[in-house]
Amino acid sequence: MSQLDLRELNSTEFPIPDEMQGNVAITSLSKIYNWSRRSSMWPLLFGLACCAIEMIATAASRYDLSRFGMEVMRASPRQSDLMIVSGTVTKKMVVPIVRLYNQMPEPKYVLAMGACASGGGPFKEGYNVVSGIDQYLPVDVYVPGCPPTPQALLFGLIALQKKIDGQSLANLDDVPWYGVGPSEPTPIPILGPDIIDPRQMDLIRRQAELAAAGKPYGIREIPAPVQKQEAPQVEAKTKAASEGSEDEAKAERMRKREEALARKKARQGS
Amino acid sequence: MTDYPIVEATDIPAAITALKQHYPDAVKEDTRQGYSGVVVDRKRLVEIAKFIRDDLGFDYLSSATAVDYYGIADEMEMVYHAYRTAGGPALVFKAQTPRDNPEIPSLVEIWPGADFQEREAWDLYGIRFPGHPNLKRILLWEGFHGHPMRKDWHEAYYEQDHKPFDSRWPAGHVRRAEELNVYGKNVRYPADIDLSKLSDRSEEALYSDLGLGVSIQELEGDASLKTDRLVVNMGPHHPSTHGVFRMIITLNGETIESLEPVMGYLHRNHEKIGERNTFLHNMPFTDRLDYISSMSNNLGYALAVEQLLAKGARYQPPTYRAEVIRVLMVELTRIVNHYWAIGFLLNDLGAFFTPALYAIAEREKILDFFEATAGSRMMCNYMRFGGVFKDIPERIRSVANLVNDRVRDFNTMEYLTELINERIPRSIDELDEFLTESEIVKSRSIGVGYLPPEMAIAYSAAGPLLRASGVPYDVRRAEPYSIYPELDFDIAVRTHGDIYDRYLIRLDEMRESVRILKQILPRLERTRGEPIFAGSKQHTPRVPLGEAYGRVENPKGELGFYIVSAGDEKGPQNPWRYHVRAPSFINLTALGQMCIGHKVADVVAILGSIDIVLGETDR
Ligand code: SF4
Repeated sequence: MSQLDLRELNSTEFPIPDEMQGNVAITSLSKIYNWSRRSSMWPLLFGLACCAIEMIATAASRYDLSRFGMEVMRASPRQSDLMIVSGTVTKKMVVPIVRLYNQMPEPKYVLAMGACASGGGPFKEGYNVVSGIDQYLPVDVYVPGCPPTPQALLFGLIALQKKIDGQSLANLDDVPWYGVGPSEPTPIPILGPDIIDPRQMDLIRRQAELAAAGKPYGIREIPAPVQKQEAPQVEAKTKAASEGSEDEAKAERMRKREEALARKKARQGS
Repeated sequence: MTDYPIVEATDIPAAITALKQHYPDAVKEDTRQGYSGVVVDRKRLVEIAKFIRDDLGFDYLSSATAVDYYGIADEMEMVYHAYRTAGGPALVFKAQTPRDNPEIPSLVEIWPGADFQEREAWDLYGIRFPGHPNLKRILLWEGFHGHPMRKDWHEAYYEQDHKPFDSRWPAGHVRRAEELNVYGKNVRYPADIDLSKLSDRSEEALYSDLGLGVSIQELEGDASLKTDRLVVNMGPHHPSTHGVFRMIITLNGETIESLEPVMGYLHRNHEKIGERNTFLHNMPFTDRLDYISSMSNNLGYALAVEQLLAKGARYQPPTYRAEVIRVLMVELTRIVNHYWAIGFLLNDLGAFFTPALYAIAEREKILDFFEATAGSRMMCNYMRFGGVFKDIPERIRSVANLVNDRVRDFNTMEYLTELINERIPRSIDELDEFLTESEIVKSRSIGVGYLPPEMAIAYSAAGPLLRASGVPYDVRRAEPYSIYPELDFDIAVRTHGDIYDRYLIRLDEMRESVRILKQILPRLERTRGEPIFAGSKQHTPRVPLGEAYGRVENPKGELGFYIVSAGDEKGPQNPWRYHVRAPSFINLTALGQMCIGHKVADVVAILGSIDIVLGETDR
């Protein structure tokens, strides 16, 4: 932030005398946390494929990432807040990527840049390609494109800033790192005969048993093609559900918070 | 410049005759429809290769690749393309081996440049190469099941051999491939997977034969300063390795004893996908090989397929205007690439990002023109078989890129004229002025990473790497294509073969490109309004049977496409074999040799001076 204007931060309920405007801000904790975090997002200096070239172009003088406080690309995951997955994630590369992600301190965010990182992209059918980084890591923002233009990447970064602005300390699921300590590390995939996600071990074992018994394995029955009319109905339903239940959602949040705190206590106790 | 004898046999038929005379029972001409060259007995391959290199003078092995003829013949084949560094067409020779237990003697001894290419053939096809010093997987990891480029190996998302898939067309269903897979992922495990001893063997294999655990006594026997041996891993995530590239370096003190490149972190199965695609489908995929110079990749592929199409009856070569536009695009691409290469070489030398910023800023101007013409800044997908897909626009108007909040709108010809006559030469001079005489640049780069000319040839180095070592070999002159014969330009050569010369030669090449572009401008004016495409546009051309090797001088070196059209009698719509001879990949063969004896800090600079792009290295 080149010009710091404290007035931006001030919460409306607290009027500040005229002479102190610009010098003092009375604000909520969440707001100031979010403001400082989103104004100094440091991305990991890390490029995977073609999209990385556009990422570098975004950081260069014409598009100038530093307008958003994001130009400080760190080579070390320990110092970075944001992982821009800029390119095709291959099976061979996903192992170091997960490891890097685990090494990043929280709060941390992931931006999937381009078709490849979002869902496999043009090379999806390849035997060494992962169909999107979200199969292994939680993704905050997806930026479509092949490659996304620098403008699109900037748009994605602004979307991420908005997301951060909306986070609240009152909701520990939003910001688990403030409430209950660090999250569990993501299990690191294994390069076996094909890549193995440790979270799928049971499934793999069951399939291997099927194979040993001489039954068909590894394939799923082909579902019937989706009927076109169904989609709007489903949408309408979820919409109705979400509208009438603000209170419910609040209660749900409180419940989750209690749970999270309980978990933390249990961990500290043990 | 080389010590190799250049023997008189000047044309290919003469060379083939000579071969047949010397080895009457081991060499036969390849008589399949549309094929050329000779098939040699694999048992005598090494001996014959030596003859080809030493007596016939084909000293440069451009490409060595495998083809699987599953279903056509029960054979696999290695195809070699050898050239003379003095210029001229290729001598193609092949060795065949049965599909079960395939084995072909290694040619690393004759051409060390075959090293990585043979490892690739082992990795992807499972052909063993007795005599290869280090036959390990190169793109995939140790422990991967099967050899994926074999025609009978199916990937997890396999639907059908060839596109368009019946489910999409005409059936019209679009389904996400994950939904059909139990794991919801792009994985497939062999039936006999042993879950009890699952462990990652891929790392172990990398370090296994590095000679670790040297005894202290052995070191102490040396009376001089005592140093320790140390293995350092660099990458795949490393800020200066130009993408996901990895090196395992053995140090003695600070001095490099050996360096082994490890790659495959961006192996996107380009060739497997390419063999499922139709011919035209592959055009946008070539963009993503060397993603900094997509236009030249397009040209290489178009040339290869045009070579095949030319065997058919109704082929019309590209129009003159199409050729002019092609050269315009390709030379602009060369400049774009060299801006990038120089900027990032300076990054690697420690001038972090300032020179690169200047270089990138200039590059953007050219990208604007690409965007206005092809619709995309980087992935242009612009060339077609028989021409280009669109003429250059009348005006350049780009809403996306504002300057001072204003939409710019230029006449294209004026824009180009200014670019070529003023902007680019000025910026080249600027780079030259600030960098060439810089003391730091000089002391970091002069004499570092020396590659002697004989070695450059033997290791199949190409492009600026080869020419900076004093070998004046440039495909644009050695085997001209497009309208290069009528253009006036020189091949840049430097003789010291170190980082500094590789930097200088890029400046030289940019200046030569400007020289070419200046000759292109009047031709563009003259041909305005002429057709840019020969014949009628066909989305799925039927390509006559046969093989072709199309190569172009890419900014990074010789880019070749080896295409085989086989199977369907009427002429298939899909390539049977689609192989990319990637300069970045093969140039890395010499990296280990170039680094020995230097310090760790020089490694990144030497790597930067080769100028690789991982999309092409790993494909
Ligand atoms: S989305 Fe496109 S540009 Fe980006 S990495 Fe994938 S192929 Fe390359």
